[in-house]
Amino acid sequence: MTFAARLGGLFLMGLALAGNASAQTTVDAEKEIEKFRAMMSDPMSNPGYLNVDRGEAIWNTARGTKNVTLAGCDLGMGPGKLEGAYARLPRYFADTDKVMDLEQRLKHCMETVQGLDTADVVRRRFGGPGRTSDMEDLVAFISNKSNDMKFEAPLSHPKEKEAYAVGEALFFRRSDFMDFSCATCHADEGKRIRLQALPILGTAGKPVQETMASWPTYRISQSQVRTMQHRLWDCYRQMRTPEPVYLSDGLTALSLFLVKKAEGGVINVPSIKR
Amino acid sequence: MKTFIALSALALSSLAALIAMPTQAQDIPKVDQTTLAKYTKEMWPKTPQGWEGRITYDETQAVCSQFRNDLPTAEFDKVLAREKANVKLPADGKVLGDWKAGQRLANNGRGGTFTDEPMANGGNCYACHEMDKKELSFGTLGPSLYEYGKIRKYSEEEAKLAYAKIYNSMSVLPCSNMPRFGHQNFLTEQQIKDATAFLFDPQSPVNQ
Repeated sequence: MTFAARLGGLFLMGLALAGNASAQTTVDAEKEIEKFRAMMSDPMSNPGYLNVDRGEAIWNTARGTKNVTLAGCDLGMGPGKLEGAYARLPRYFADTDKVMDLEQRLKHCMETVQGLDTADVVRRRFGGPGRTSDMEDLVAFISNKSNDMKFEAPLSHPKEKEAYAVGEALFFRRSDFMDFSCATCHADEGKRIRLQALPILGTAGKPVQETMASWPTYRISQSQVRTMQHRLWDCYRQMRTPEPVYLSDGLTALSLFLVKKAEGGVINVPSIKR
Repeated sequence: MKTFIALSALALSSLAALIAMPTQAQDIPKVDQTTLAKYTKEMWPKTPQGWEGRITYDETQAVCSQFRNDLPTAEFDKVLAREKANVKLPADGKVLGDWKAGQRLANNGRGGTFTDEPMANGGNCYACHEMDKKELSFGTLGPSLYEYGKIRKYSEEEAKLAYAKIYNSMSVLPCSNMPRFGHQNFLTEQQIKDATAFLFDPQSPVNQ
């Protein structure tokens, strides 16, 4: 079977399973998805690896007023150095005097290194039918270069300490008309919403390690690779807050808090999830 | 001399440790409210149209956030008194609506998100509670409500307490994880009556 045919077959299976999960969420369906996920862990079968390839092409495409690639972009390990960069993000960058996550940094690089107007990139931040996202593709490509490495958040700069403290406060901050905080669902062990198991994220340990080390992920139910920015956006959506601003520093702070809790988690991305 | 060398080595190694040692999370001081507000203002710079009144960070939310829901006694009593005072029971004194409408409400998790068109909000009770034994897809963030009315002998007084709990969970338990559905105008009076009936009607599958 060709790669495309194999992928197509698995794709259809994925759609069937995703449909099944929303119509009648049963423990059996969870088990089936677990089986499906195991099959998909082969990089040749996970559609998220198409994003990895596209991301590589975008990274190497000359764009912007300066007509250069992103090779001059410093993600914290030096210009153009991608290995292990994701495992150390978010982190402090001296040139912007800010703590930045991968997507904030990529936007900064597009604007400063390439001279690219990023309005269109931001508009396409979340891919959908007939619309790919440069950010999702680049994050898939770059994060993949940290596979088999462990998250580290040394919090050595005062601004990293501040971001961590802000992230922690946001995690426990109850607001808006449902009174929800992240901790409402992610503080106690063994809880679930409907049949969906909820990982503990506010306390260091295996659940937060496994969660953070598996983003970005290919979401079967959305047929897209999703990043941590999208995950947090969707959490706040379900918490019934207004839409949080994409790439705002609060989201980065929350990410840094979670990455700190996930230290030691071994990255394997893009993963595949429901 | 030996001691001096050993001590210097120790001092040097602790200095090196200070520089290279990753910061322990517990050593980071808590952020002050002014700094936090700067971040939340950037995350949510303006009130979206139609969201007036539903974006809150009230005193109760602030104190529950600060103490992570584990309030000292004095704060607990303050929240309890404040939240009790704002419970509005139905003017007609009837707290039981239509249990079948309550059943639909319990199963409906739609409404209220920033991607939703304006619509009647669902109560989404099953997200957190077991209710009808036949509904297997229930969450466990809240306690099981199976036989809720039956256990309470369908008492009118208990039904009023349940209405008040749904209207404002914190009037019963400060910093409860459960939303204050009536107080925050997430559900209407009629919807809360229907939910109460789903718990208290002897015909309701909750009590079968």
